[in-house]
Amino acid sequence: MRIINEIKKSFLVALWFMFLTFPIMVIKVNPLEKLIVWRWHNLAMVGIASFFISFLLRCAGRWRKSAARRPPALTMKGLSNNPRAYYSALAVIALFSLVFPFIFSAYETSIMTTALMYVILGLGLNIVVGLAGLLDLGYVAFYAVGAYSYALLNYHFGLGFWVSLPIGAMLAAAFGILLGFPVLRLRGDYLAIVTLGFGEIIRLILENWNDFSFGPSGIANIPRPSLFGINLSLAASTIYVYFIALLLVIFTIFVVNRLQDSRIGRAWIALREDEIACQAMGIDKTRIKLAAFAMGATWAGMVGVLFAAKTTFINPASFTFMESAIILSIVVLGGMGSIIGVVIAALLFVLLPEYLRAFADYRMLLFGAVMVLMMIVRPQGIIGKVRRTYVRGQVTGDKRQKNGIITNLL
Amino acid sequence: MTAILKVTGLSMNFGGLRALDDVDLRVEPREIVALIGPNGAGKTTFFNCLTGIYPPVSGTIFMRASSGKQSRLNGLPPNKITAKGMARTFQNIRLFPEMTVLENVMIGCHCRTSAGILGAVFRPRAVRAEEQRIVDSSYKILTRLGLTDVVNDLARNLPYGAQRRLEIARALATEPALLLLDEPAAGMNPRETAELNQLIGKIRDIYEVAILLIEHDMKLVMSLSDRIYVMEYGRRIAVGTPVEVKKNPAVIKAYLGE
Repeated sequence: MRIINEIKKSFLVALWFMFLTFPIMVIKVNPLEKLIVWRWHNLAMVGIASFFISFLLRCAGRWRKSAARRPPALTMKGLSNNPRAYYSALAVIALFSLVFPFIFSAYETSIMTTALMYVILGLGLNIVVGLAGLLDLGYVAFYAVGAYSYALLNYHFGLGFWVSLPIGAMLAAAFGILLGFPVLRLRGDYLAIVTLGFGEIIRLILENWNDFSFGPSGIANIPRPSLFGINLSLAASTIYVYFIALLLVIFTIFVVNRLQDSRIGRAWIALREDEIACQAMGIDKTRIKLAAFAMGATWAGMVGVLFAAKTTFINPASFTFMESAIILSIVVLGGMGSIIGVVIAALLFVLLPEYLRAFADYRMLLFGAVMVLMMIVRPQGIIGKVRRTYVRGQVTGDKRQKNGIITNLL
Repeated sequence: MTAILKVTGLSMNFGGLRALDDVDLRVEPREIVALIGPNGAGKTTFFNCLTGIYPPVSGTIFMRASSGKQSRLNGLPPNKITAKGMARTFQNIRLFPEMTVLENVMIGCHCRTSAGILGAVFRPRAVRAEEQRIVDSSYKILTRLGLTDVVNDLARNLPYGAQRRLEIARALATEPALLLLDEPAAGMNPRETAELNQLIGKIRDIYEVAILLIEHDMKLVMSLSDRIYVMEYGRRIAVGTPVEVKKNPAVIKAYLGE
């Protein structure tokens, strides 16, 4: 009886979609021959597709309701409480990432490097959006700052990659604070709009200030990172850059993990939860917001430097709003505030489009569909954040520390 | 003995509306003072002016810290005022809903601790010790307020009465000299109110804080407070002990009409 009811409802949804999409999907005007083409088969396809999608969603919704009642079989929390499974999983991942460039081709290594870079970007933005709750749509600006600082420092002063890496990070952090000051009073949608504008300003400056940034033609011949002064071959360099990215990812996870369970990290979360109460509890809102913007931007700056070194050519086209949107999608899909979630989402977001080239035309469509689906099925992200628990003083320091790290990461 | 809080001539306008008109108020150390009045009398506005959420138009607010130093609070941002030793709860509960109960209280320790970003990343011994101190003192407060069983629950999952207590716990974690409670008994049943009555007295004794509270529950106010201030239309209309205030004709008029 229930099934029939669902089918009925899905049928109505399908009818409604057919009606809605009628003008764009069915009618096609051919102005040259002054003909109107009626594409009825499209209507049928819309009807069938929307019927099945609606039906599936209904079933998923019902399944979710019943699933909510029973405890899930294997959650991340369950895994974290089982140190043996946790450490063996970690070992497998570590081993795999170490041998990856030697098993797979240079092309695949290069794609993986890109994915790792997005992991860092996601984790960086996660500080601003996931922890501090400041919706930043112009994150790519800091990425651009990092990339251009390496490119320009190298062009003008001949600085190498390793020197530029901290400089790029610091410059990005400085820009983070620079952006932070004017938006201190804004929140939510307003903040999103201003940061969006900031991202565009940086890109437009890079595009139009020819004397400074060489405009749309960009900067070419940026040297790849050198290994103790030795210039590597292209293949070796690809592998080298991969390992640099891997190292940076580990570094980022380490730092972000420690930050989010620190005094500062708690203050960020409090800021996200309730700004007025946060201030009333004695937290300096200004400082904590600026710290979030600066810390978030730092990682983007670092990845920017790495990006410039990896591609050896940068121009403003690499830093469009689309990049910000993708990084934000990674954070939202992965689960705000969850490190593992962001890592998984970043890998999915970069690797899947690469391996599903056949659907390249529908990429944006699929992005949208995935986003909508996620919001319906798992609004908290792939892996929701599990709050850390603390133990009172009696437990010895070392044991507590280990426990902390396991629960933290997830 | 000097007052812990001395407010003179505090006024506040919202556009053309005079929400507070020349209000004076004193709180002595370890005293429980109640601020009562009909709805819209300006009680919460008064709190918001004290805690720096609104800047008052005129008047002075002086507070004596536990060190004995007196300082002017006008125009300071809320976090500085909290650091000076004034903590508050909110009329409509403002916990951090997605944080655990313990973390909520740990946030209260923020202004008494100092670890920065570098400290968080490198975790030197001093920072680890500080973290443990935060956890321990937060546990202690929660134990005293009877919230031990729920330390690791999310704040939003607590029942209403426990959320109210958690707000007090969070405020206590800032180590205040003066605790402002904005309608702590709102929405509580008689039994919970009676428990709260005892709790507030206990807090005063254990933490040696002065308490200024806004409350509509007259039974609670009369049994708990040492002195009562009555406000109406932004003005102070009476002050005195519970017995005095109960007999005051102006107060009776404000509450019951002519």
